[in-house]
Amino acid sequence: MSYYFTILSPTDVPLFNIAFGTSKSGGDGIARFRFPEAAQNTYMTQFIIHSSLDMLEEAQWMGGNMYLKHIDTYPPASSYISAFLTPSGTRFLLLHQPPQPNLPPSSSSGPGGGSMSLSVTSGMGSSGLFGGSGSSSGRASSSSIAANPTSPQTEEAVRQFMTEVYENYVKTVMSPFYRRGMEVKSPVFRGKVSAAGRKWL
Amino acid sequence: MSSSTKVSRIGEELWKTKIDKVNAELVTLTYGTIVAQLCQDYDGNYHDVNKQLEKMGYNIGMRLIEDFLAKSNAGRCANFRETADMISKVGFKIFLNVTPTVTNWTSDNNQFSLIFDENPLADFVELPDDGRAQDELWFSNILCGVLRGSLEMVQMQIEAHFVSDVLRGDDTTEMRVSLVRYIEDEMPPEDD
Repeated sequence: MSYYFTILSPTDVPLFNIAFGTSKSGGDGIARFRFPEAAQNTYMTQFIIHSSLDMLEEAQWMGGNMYLKHIDTYPPASSYISAFLTPSGTRFLLLHQPPQPNLPPSSSSGPGGGSMSLSVTSGMGSSGLFGGSGSSSGRASSSSIAANPTSPQTEEAVRQFMTEVYENYVKTVMSPFYRRGMEVKSPVFRGKVSAAGRKWL
Repeated sequence: MSSSTKVSRIGEELWKTKIDKVNAELVTLTYGTIVAQLCQDYDGNYHDVNKQLEKMGYNIGMRLIEDFLAKSNAGRCANFRETADMISKVGFKIFLNVTPTVTNWTSDNNQFSLIFDENPLADFVELPDDGRAQDELWFSNILCGVLRGSLEMVQMQIEAHFVSDVLRGDDTTEMRVSLVRYIEDEMPPEDD
C-alpha cells in the first residue's frame, strides 16, 4: 500500500505533501506507486489527488463531519482518495493505492516483507493495531487495510490518521512564525505525520 | 531547605487565592505575535530583537515588582540565595505558574541558573528555519529583562541571559542570572 498525503489551503494552494508506504503487514514504509510510466511517479499522485477537489467540494456540504471518508476513486491507477476538512476550509487529502491484488504482498512491500502481519479485525483503535504480530508469514488478511481500501476498517484507520494529523496541524499553525497560507515546512510536523502514518496505516 | 519549602508554600497559597487567572493560550499567542512582529520590524536582525525584548521586559519588571510586593507581602531577602528562591517559587509561580529550578550556584553565591521545565511563553513555537534564528534569537528574552528591571527596583543590579533554549534544540531552557552589585543609596548630584 502506498500513500500520498497532501494539505491544501482553502484557495487550493498546496501547503504540505508527503509520500509514504504502509508499515503494516511487513511493509517498509516506502511508497511504491504503480503508474503506467515510471517517470510519471513524481507528479501523477498530485494530478490524481487534485482532480478529486471537485468531488470534495461537492461532498463538503453534505454532512457535518470533518472526515469525509473515501470521496473519489481513480480506477486507471486503482487509487482511492480520502478527505478531511478543517473548519477553516483547509483540506487534507490522502491518496492510497493498494498493492496489485494478483501479486503476493511481499513483492510490493519490499524485502522486509513477512516480518509482521496484521489482522485488523483483532481490535481497532487501540494498541491492538500493534499487537497483531502473531503470525510470521507475509499474508495480508482479507480484511486488512491494504486489501480493502473502502472497508470500514480502512475508513476508521484513515480517520484516526487524519485526526492525529489534524491535532498536530493545529499546533503547527499556532506557531507565531507561521502565517496563514504559508507552506508548512516544520520538520517536527513532517515527523509527526510520518509517525501517524506508521501508526495507523 | 525549610525556608525554601516555606517560600514555595507562599507561592502556592498566593497562586490559589490572590491571583487572577487568564487563558494560557492568550498569553502564548500574544507574546508570540509580539516576537514575530519584532522579527519582522527588525528585518530578521535577531540581536536587535533580543535587545528590544529585554528592554520591554525591563520596563515591565520595574512596574511588576510593585505588584509583586503588594501581593506577596514579602520582606527583604537576607541574601541572594533567598532572592533566587523568591524569584522562582513566588515570582514565576504567581505570574506564569511555573517554578523554574534554581541551580548551578557559583561558590561566591552570586550567580545561579534557572532551569525552565516548561515555558508557557514558548508553547507551539517553532523558530523560523532561516538558519540564523536557531543560533541568534532568544525567544523568551523578555524574562531576562523582567528580572533585571524588578531587581533593580529593590537595589540589586543583576545581569541575566539565556544560555540554552529547547526551542533551539537544546535539552533544557536555562537562564543565567548574576548579581553585579547591591545598589547603595546614592546622593543625588548636587545642583550648583
